[in-house]
Amino acid sequence: MAGSVPAELSSACADVAAVGPTDAVGGKQAQYVAAPASTAEAAALLRAAAGLGLAVVPRGSGSRLDWGQAPTSCDLIVDTRRMDQVLEHAAGDQVVAVQAGIRLDELAKVLATAEQRLALDAPSSSDGVSGTVGGLIATGAAGPLRYRYGSPRDLLIGITVVRADGTVAKSGGKVVKNVAGYDIGKLFAGSLGTLGLITEATFRLHPLPEATVWVMLDCPDSATAASAVRAIADSPVVPSAIELSWASATAPISVSALIEGDADSVAGRTDRLRELLDRATAGQSSARTKRADDRPGPHTLAGGGAADEAFRVLRPLSDGREPTGTLVRVAFWPGQLTAVLTAIRAAADAAGLDPAIGGSAGAGVLEVSVRAEAAVEAVADFVAVLRAGLDGLSDGLPPSRASAVVLCAPAAVRDSVDMWGRVPSLALMRAVKDQFDPEHRMAPGRFAGGI
Amino acid sequence: MYDSAPIDDQLAIRLARICGADGVISDPQELRTYECDGLTAHRSCPGVVVLPQSAEQVAAVVRECVARRIPFVARGSGTGLSGGALPRADGVLIVTSKMRSIIAIDPVSRRAIVEPGVTNLAVSKAAEPYGLFYAPDPSSQVVCSVGGNVAENSGGAHCLKHGFTVHHITGLQIVTPEGELTWLGDGTTTAPGYDLVGAFTGSEGTLGIATKIIVKLTPIPEAVTTLLAAFTTMGAGGAAVSAIIGSGILPGAIEMMDALAIEAAEAAVQCRYPEGAGAVLIVELDGPASDVEAQTAMVRAICTAEGAYEIRAARDAAERAAIWTGRKSAFAAVGRISPAYIVQDGVVPRTALPRVLDRISELSAEHGIRVANVFHAGDGNLHPLVLFDDSAPGEQEAAEKLSGMILDLCIEHGGSITGEHGVGVDKSRYMPRMFGADDLDTMQLLRCAFDPRSLCNPGKVFPTPRLCGEVPGVRRAPHPLVASGLIDQF
Repeated sequence: MAGSVPAELSSACADVAAVGPTDAVGGKQAQYVAAPASTAEAAALLRAAAGLGLAVVPRGSGSRLDWGQAPTSCDLIVDTRRMDQVLEHAAGDQVVAVQAGIRLDELAKVLATAEQRLALDAPSSSDGVSGTVGGLIATGAAGPLRYRYGSPRDLLIGITVVRADGTVAKSGGKVVKNVAGYDIGKLFAGSLGTLGLITEATFRLHPLPEATVWVMLDCPDSATAASAVRAIADSPVVPSAIELSWASATAPISVSALIEGDADSVAGRTDRLRELLDRATAGQSSARTKRADDRPGPHTLAGGGAADEAFRVLRPLSDGREPTGTLVRVAFWPGQLTAVLTAIRAAADAAGLDPAIGGSAGAGVLEVSVRAEAAVEAVADFVAVLRAGLDGLSDGLPPSRASAVVLCAPAAVRDSVDMWGRVPSLALMRAVKDQFDPEHRMAPGRFAGGI
Repeated sequence: MYDSAPIDDQLAIRLARICGADGVISDPQELRTYECDGLTAHRSCPGVVVLPQSAEQVAAVVRECVARRIPFVARGSGTGLSGGALPRADGVLIVTSKMRSIIAIDPVSRRAIVEPGVTNLAVSKAAEPYGLFYAPDPSSQVVCSVGGNVAENSGGAHCLKHGFTVHHITGLQIVTPEGELTWLGDGTTTAPGYDLVGAFTGSEGTLGIATKIIVKLTPIPEAVTTLLAAFTTMGAGGAAVSAIIGSGILPGAIEMMDALAIEAAEAAVQCRYPEGAGAVLIVELDGPASDVEAQTAMVRAICTAEGAYEIRAARDAAERAAIWTGRKSAFAAVGRISPAYIVQDGVVPRTALPRVLDRISELSAEHGIRVANVFHAGDGNLHPLVLFDDSAPGEQEAAEKLSGMILDLCIEHGGSITGEHGVGVDKSRYMPRMFGADDLDTMQLLRCAFDPRSLCNPGKVFPTPRLCGEVPGVRRAPHPLVASGLIDQF
C-alpha cells in the first residue's frame, strides 16, 4: 500500500519513496524504502526512523535478504545502493576501505587492476547478482576460499555502523594488526542487520594468484570421500579450498581441492596432490584436474553435475523473492565428516527426501539443499532428525559440536520450522541486542531466539 | 552506590572453602608478588589472591564477588605489557596458573581443548607429534598463558601470515561477570548466533574469564627457511621489506631491529649478528618445499639488490633458534644498556614505516632520549623501546611524553595505539585520540551486556566507563564510579 513519505524521513534522506512490489522482507511488505548516500545521511535517516518508531531492515543487493526468519515487522528498508564507492585502496598496504553497498564483483574488478583480491567468494545469485560487502558481513556468507582465508569476519579490519538510534560508531581501523578497543566488526558479522546498519568496512587483501587449478575426484562412498578430504588437508600442498559435492544418495561424491599461486608452484603442487590422492584412495577413484576458467571470484561449486544444479537453483535470489527451496547449513568439527554425511542421509531417508549436499568439507561447513516440492512436514522432520543426529556427535565438551541452521526456506517451511536450533549463550546474545537496539526495531524476529 | 564489602578474613574463609586453603593468598608479603604484570611501572597490591583449579571454582569465586559487590581481575602468567592484569587493592585477583591441563587434542579436526593457564608453547609442543602447531607465537610464549592470549588477542612474529589469536579460537567456556558458566561458540568455524567468541577475544578480561579454550591447530609447514640480512641503514632494510611484500611473497615472519636494539641483544645473549649493522632483517618463509626454495632465492636476490652486505640462512633448527634469539630477547635485553625503558606497541600502515621511523629518530635526537626499534616489519607493528634512567629526575616523565608523541605519530598515519599488547591501564588515556566518544560508547554497550555491575576488571581499556542503562549527556557531578573510588579518570 503506497502512502506518502513522512516529512521526518524525507528531510533526513534525499532518496526515500513509498514501496514498490519487490520491497518486502520475508513476505512482509515494507512501507518505505530509503537509500542514503553516506554514513551521515544514514545516521539522520535512522534517527528519524527512531523518532517515528519504525522497524528497519537493511538491504544490499537483496541476494540474501531471505536469510533468517521473516521479521515480525518491517516498516523501512534501508537500501545501501547509493553507498557503493571504494573509499581508499591502499594497494601497498594490502588494505581497502569501501562503502557497504559496493558489490563484491565490482570490488573484485577494482582490486584486480592492482593484482589483488578480497579472498571472499560467496556465490552470486542465480541470475548473476552479486552480494554487497555489507550484506556479506551481515550474513557471514562465504565460499570455498573460507578453508584458507576464513569468512568475512576474518578479513574485516575496520567497520563503521549506524545504531538504531542514529549514533555512528566505528571500530578497528586501517591496519591489520590492531587490538585497540572491542571488535564491533566481529559482533556485527553474521548479525543479519539486527544490531544496526553497516555503512563502511575495511578489509585486508591478498595478492591475486597467477594460476588456479581444481583437482577433483569422484568417490563411491562417504568414507572414501572423507579420507580424500583428510589426505588433501594433511598434504603439504596448502590448498585454498577443499570442497565436497554430493548430488543425491545414489550419486558418487565429488571431492575437489583448489590450488593457487605462481604457475610453477601450482603445476608442481597439483602433480603432488594427484599422486597423493591416488594413493590415499587406493586407486578407487582417479584424480583429474580442471583449470579454473576465470580469475578466482565468486565460485560455482566444483564438481559439476546434479549437485551444482541443485545449488544453482537454490543460489540466492536477487530482489528478495521467495526462496525456491530450503537451504540448511551444517557446521561441524572437520574430523567428523563421515558421521555428519551419514547423519544427513539418515535424516533425509527418515523424511523421505534426497537432498543435494555440498560445501567446504575441509572447513567443517556443508550446505544441504531441499527442493521446493518437498512437503513442509518432510522438511520439518528432516531438520529435527538431523539436529538429533548432530547432538549425538558431542561427548559433552563442548556440549554441542555441530549445528544445523536453516538459512532460507519458503514461507510455509519458515512458519513451521525452528530455523536456528539450539544456540549457545542465547541469554548473552539477548543482552547484547538489548544494549544495541533497546527498542527492538532492527530486523526484529529475524535472528536466533526470536531476536 | 557500589557499597563494596571489604576484603576481610570472612571473605578469605569463604574463598578457601571454594579453592582450598592453599588456593587463597592473604599474606601481605606474598600478595606483593602479584602487584604488577609485565608492565612494572604500574603496581597495585591485590586485596586477596585466589588460585582456583577448575571452572566451577572460578564461577563460585565470581559469584562470591558479585554477592559482595567486590571487583575482580583475572591473571594468567602475568606477562602482559599493558597492565591488563593489574590488580585492585579493593578486589580479588583470580590467578589461573593452576588450571594448566591440556584436556584433549583432536588431530583430525585440528582442535585442542585447553585450560587457560596452559602456556602458549605447551600447546604447540603437545600438538607436534601430530604434525600440528598452535600458530600465534608471542615472544613470551614459553611463559605466557593461552587465557591471557585470548584476553589480549595476542599476535607474535608469525601473525602476518598465520593470523592472531582470534583467528585460532573456535570456542570458549567462560565464567560471565555474573558468575555463570556458559559456552561461546562450539568449536566449529560457524556457530549459530552472534560471534561472541570474536567479541570476547581481545576484550582484555573485561567481559568474563575464559575457563576452557578450543583452539584451532595448524599443520606444520613442510619447509621453513630463516634468513638474517644485515644492512647499513634502516632505509635500506625498509626498502627490502617493501620489495619482498610487493613481489607477492607472504613471509611467515619479517622482523627488523635497529643498531641500538642489536647492541642490546648482543650484550644480553651474544647473538653475534653481523658487525656494524644499521639494521637487521629476519625473514622466515614457510610452506611447500619447492615454494620455499623459490621464495628464498627471491628474497636473497631482493636483499642483495637493496644493499644487504651479509645474508645468513639457517641450516638447521639450532641455527634457526640462534637467529631468533636476538629478536626474541630484545625487550629484556635493553635492560643491559639502560636502567629503565618503556616499550610501545604502535602500528602504522607498512608503507608509512620509513617516514615514521625517520620521525622517531628525529624526535629521539630532539629530546635527547635514546629509542631502540624492534618491529614486525611486515605489518607495520612497531615496538619502540624508549630508554631512560629512572634514578635521574625528570627522565621518566620525558620518556613517557616521547612515548605519547610516538603514539600520536602512529595515529596521524592512520595506524593504531596497540597492535598486540592491549590497552589495559597503560594506554586507556590514548583511546580518545583514536576513537570518538560515540565509538567508545558503542563499544561499551558490549561491556554493559556482559558486565552490567562493572565488577569485571573495571578501569581497564576505557578511560571513562559507561554506567549501564545511562543516557549519555552533560555531566555536572563527578562520575559515580569516580566518586565511589572504583576508577580513576584521566
